[in-house]
Amino acid sequence: MSDARTDIFARIREALKVKAPRPHLKAETSSPKTSVAAKPWLPDGGETIEASLQILSEQLAKLKAVLIRVPDHAAAARALAELATQKSWKKVAFHGHPMIQPLVAALPCEVWEADKSFDKQRLEGCDAGLTTCESIVAQLGSILVSSQSSGGRALSVLPHAHVVIAEVAQVVPDLGASLALAKSRHGESMPSMLSYITGPSRTGDIERILVLGAHGPKELFLILVG
Amino acid sequence: MSDSKGIFLKDATVNAADGDQRAFIRKALGGYYTNRDLQKARYRDWERARDAASMAKWSAVNDLANVLEKFVANFERNGGVVHWARDAAEARAIILKIAEDAKAKAIVKSKCMTSEEIHLNDALEKAGYGVVESDLGEFIQQLRGEAPYHFVFPCMHVKREAISELFTKHLGTAPTDSPEELTMIARRHLRQLYIDADIGITGANFLVAETGQISITENEGNARLTAALPRIHIALSGIEKVVNHLDDLSVLLPMLATAGAGQPMTCYNTLYSGPRKPGECDGPEQFHIVLLDNARTRLLADPEQRDALHCIRCGACLNVCPIFKNIGGLAYGTTYQGPIGSVITPHLRGLKQWNHLSGASSLCGACTDACPVRIDLHHHLLHNRRNAAKESPTLFDRVFHNGFNFVIKRPWLFATGGRLFRATLPLLQKLPLPYMSAWMKTRDLPKAPAKSFRDEWKNHENV
Repeated sequence: MSDARTDIFARIREALKVKAPRPHLKAETSSPKTSVAAKPWLPDGGETIEASLQILSEQLAKLKAVLIRVPDHAAAARALAELATQKSWKKVAFHGHPMIQPLVAALPCEVWEADKSFDKQRLEGCDAGLTTCESIVAQLGSILVSSQSSGGRALSVLPHAHVVIAEVAQVVPDLGASLALAKSRHGESMPSMLSYITGPSRTGDIERILVLGAHGPKELFLILVG
Repeated sequence: MSDSKGIFLKDATVNAADGDQRAFIRKALGGYYTNRDLQKARYRDWERARDAASMAKWSAVNDLANVLEKFVANFERNGGVVHWARDAAEARAIILKIAEDAKAKAIVKSKCMTSEEIHLNDALEKAGYGVVESDLGEFIQQLRGEAPYHFVFPCMHVKREAISELFTKHLGTAPTDSPEELTMIARRHLRQLYIDADIGITGANFLVAETGQISITENEGNARLTAALPRIHIALSGIEKVVNHLDDLSVLLPMLATAGAGQPMTCYNTLYSGPRKPGECDGPEQFHIVLLDNARTRLLADPEQRDALHCIRCGACLNVCPIFKNIGGLAYGTTYQGPIGSVITPHLRGLKQWNHLSGASSLCGACTDACPVRIDLHHHLLHNRRNAAKESPTLFDRVFHNGFNFVIKRPWLFATGGRLFRATLPLLQKLPLPYMSAWMKTRDLPKAPAKSFRDEWKNHENV
């Protein structure tokens, strides 16, 4: 008996001997070959950085994510400390990153570098997780985190709130640009996880009524510097 | 009549008469229509986006062997293990073997329709593993001991009072009528289960050949936790989920969210490319993918309906289908409900047993219009009807078609038959005719005209 892999490939090759017609495209001018080029038919991500930031802030508001714009890193540290006080956070887990280290020093609560001595039970008990991100997609209000740049897989999803610290230069207009950036940055050694986070965790499974914080964070904050 | 047809007719009849339940489903879908339209309006050209999405799937499906080979090579290079399953039994055996080798006890699952297709939970439970569904809707359906009602909104038919009762019975929690409080009960209950589980099982929405990554779309964060905390991650996917380029996702992910749930993007869209890498602090030690055929190659072999393999399981066709809205998802008796389920189930499980679903359509075409990857759904229902009549015609098909053939070739017989029919039409109303009785119960036959069309035409020519 031949193995399953051989059999399945044989079935596929046999099946594809008869060609299927190309799909009838409504817009004949569209280039079917997907490329990295911008796609002017998808939702707009803004042509200038100002336009992108405007779209991003509208998208995040609709997603019930909180955008905090600050002029510099010192102001980001103050904003974070204020947030921690306002939300009465007792334990904050963070990703050991040069952009984050100076921020947590000023926090009025227990802080823990989660990627140094990872412990899932301890992480579950944290009020907030603090990470950086790879890029931010203005078009959709999505934040791309990765296992390498955001303290692993769980830090951005297990604590009850998630705070992302990023710089304006990390904002890209659309999803295509963000994927291209990830590809050029990591090449053939992608982080084992790349995740687009679009607003706080949510569900509509009960009577299609929106509830935030299904399994992931109930609150999502983006502190944007610059 | 096949068993599945008998059950379908019975359940569909009961459900269609339940006005309360139908109103509940319509209300639940109301918010979806509003949000979907708002999000679609943000697309500068939705039709061109559909073109791009359907081309992305067409080019992968029509070159499936090469694209899959590329995916597999890259997936293995990233440190994942690939398994092949010709059918459901092989897929179950592979997953049981991985669990056995790992001496696993507890398994947590995120939503995966392919696992419903192979009845994985039954097999795992019989083998003694504790299996828990972590998606809220699937968790509720697991407690209810019922299949998903809708492959994107699994428990959309269940009212909050019933969910509260269910949680009181199984989890011992106090009754509540707040969806938020009910969600929090499930959240608290499931959190520890992710932490304790040995194996996390997920599906896959897309397999990216170019990079060897799998893409998982979700809203709740349960798939993220399922793939983060247990020491083994198993993904189960049909072979048709593959796409060529990473950039294809820049079209497919937003469209999946907009068509499926009326969102710009679902909350978490995650790409996994292997087990934990050196330097990463968490993540599973092993990453397996089970690639399943289970009659997908049979659908692939039909060039006319091959585009049904482009389906990205958004559920848009269910949400707009008048049949789905009236008979509900459970009546289908299939893993995939609604128009797409009616199209593919006869291919996956046999045309003879499942052709009746091809008739469960008003052929209004709302499904085809809603499909983000332009699957010609309502015509495929007609193709299935035609194929079934060719493959195994019923007695009615044979008598009717041969009779029609005989009569239409003989004008004198056609004219005589017409005269006879017009004369006896009032009597037909009273006869208990099979095939007609359900229709005539609530309708009167029209009055027969005095003359045939051909006679009228002759008069017309004479004027």
